[in-house]
Parts: sequence; structure tokens; C-alpha cells
Amino acid sequence: MDKLKKDNFKVANKFLKSRLIVGTGKYKSFTETAKAIQASGADMVTVAVRRVNILDKKKPILTDYLNPKKITLLPNTAGCFSAKEALRTLRLAREMGGWKLVKLEVLGDKKTLYPNMVETLKSTEVLVKEGFKVMVYCSDDPLLAKQLEECGASAIMPLASPIGSGLGIQNKVNISLIIKQSKVPVIIDAGIGTASDATIAMELGCDGVLINSAIANAKKPILMAKSFRDAVISGRNSYLAGRMKKSSFASASSPLEGLI
Amino acid sequence: MAKIQLNGKKVTIKSNYSILDLLKKYKFADKKIAIEHNGVIVPKSNYRKKFLKNKDQVEIVHFIGGG
Repeated sequence: MDKLKKDNFKVANKFLKSRLIVGTGKYKSFTETAKAIQASGADMVTVAVRRVNILDKKKPILTDYLNPKKITLLPNTAGCFSAKEALRTLRLAREMGGWKLVKLEVLGDKKTLYPNMVETLKSTEVLVKEGFKVMVYCSDDPLLAKQLEECGASAIMPLASPIGSGLGIQNKVNISLIIKQSKVPVIIDAGIGTASDATIAMELGCDGVLINSAIANAKKPILMAKSFRDAVISGRNSYLAGRMKKSSFASASSPLEGLI
Repeated sequence: MAKIQLNGKKVTIKSNYSILDLLKKYKFADKKIAIEHNGVIVPKSNYRKKFLKNKDQVEIVHFIGGG
């Protein structure tokens, strides 16, 4: 147990209790969002930056439902299709509350929401120079992941499959290559469909997973949030325990000695 | 009177209106928000000092749910 206790998860000098990071989009209400976050055990959640609604002054806002003492907000650049838009968004986010730790995503295509890696690399470079700690949504290309790390990314966040698709990890080989080469945390971002997908990601050796749609779009989001909490812990423990070797032949579990 | 663009919408405000006055009008003064005035981010310490004039463009943003 001692070894498990020391299994810290640290991103850009920030210790996190949970290796599960959750998104706050797509929920039916802010109450449901808050309950799902609590059930997930996550202490870091992603948020988007958007215009306030000036027409409805009394409408509640998300930050009224999140306890800043317990939960770290990770501003994202969802919906940005260029380095310029992403930089504008994150500079505003920083102004809102001094956030330095941010999630960069620069999208390249509206249908697949696949990341535009050229713009992503450019933005990472600029943000790092401005003192941001940047967790970067990226493709599962090991060479580009390496370049991001060299640019100063604080975490590499390759997609498992397209955002919101729920297709799970499509290229385990690439994800494994990225894990092996990276010195910063590797966090699967996007595409996880169900709890077992998260376990697989953790068993591969990912440092964490980021889940939004798989929880928010479940029939019972709060129960699914709990399920993901357990799945991530389980996958991490399984990775640390080290799985048995695979074999093409059977190996009896009961000894043959003393057989009557 | 001055006409400004607030979050993409045309809004008429009184003369000598500061950003803080604008925030109070829309009840955002005590919320976690950030402001862009004609494309430039305004630090919180300048909300009181920054006055709005005709044709100014103001963006008020906050955090919403996202993945």
C-alpha cells in the first residue's frame, strides 16, 4: 500500500489527487454537473471561455456551482481553429483568475474536430514563452508529440478517437509509443466511450484520462462518473501491478502433484 | 449617450460610463469574468478608470461548461 500512496500525479508542479480529469460540458443542469464531478472524484475540471449572456441577468453561471478550493479549473480553447483565437481565449482566461495552467486545443476540421497540429505547435511555443503551463490536446502521432514536449508542453494529451465519438482507443500502438518517449504526463483526451476504455488507457501506462461526453451523455451521468472513478483507479493499479505474460498455450492453475 | 457593441450586440449607454458601471448594470461586477475593450484585455484594476465612448467594442467573457 505504501507504494500506491506514493504514486503521485503531478502536472506542471501541481499535485492532483485523481488521475481522472472531467469536462463540464453537455450536462442537463449545473446541479448535475456538480454532482457528477463529486462522484468522479476529480479535482481538476475543464471549462470553456465564452461570452456572458447579457440578456438574462439572473441566469446562474457555472462557477457558482464549483468550489474553487476543492477543484482546479482548467480553461480550454475549445472551438478555436487558429493560434490567434486560442491565444486570445487563454489570455482572457488568465485575466479571469490568474490561470497559468491551461488546456490548448486548436482544431483543424469541424466534422472530425481533429487537431491542427501546425497551429497547435505554434500556439504552444507562444504560450510557453508567455509563462503559461500548457496541457496540449494533440493527434496520436509520436513525432508531433515529441515536438510538443520540446516546445515546453506540460502534458501531452493525445486523442483516443474523435472528440465526443465514444469510439475508445483506436491506436494503442501509437499511444504506447507516446507514453514510452514522454517525460511529461500523457493524458488521454477525447474519444473515450465507457469505463473499460479508461481502464485500458491506464493499463497502457497513461498518467491520466480526460472524460466529458462519456459521463455527460450516459443515461445516468452520476453513476457513470463513479464508474469512471473506479475504472481509472483500477487501471492504474493494474498497470503498477504489472500484468502476467501472455501465452498461446494453457497453464493449469492447480498443481498436478498429488493428483489421485 | 453612446452606442457600443457589447458581446456583438448594439447597446446604448450613458455618457461617462466606465467599464465598472457597465458591469454593475449587467450584474457581473462580482462575478468571475474578463473584459476585452477594442481588442485589448482590461486588467481588473482599470475597470473604474476605463471610460467607454461611441462605437467601442466590448467583450465580457466567463467560464462555461466544456470538455
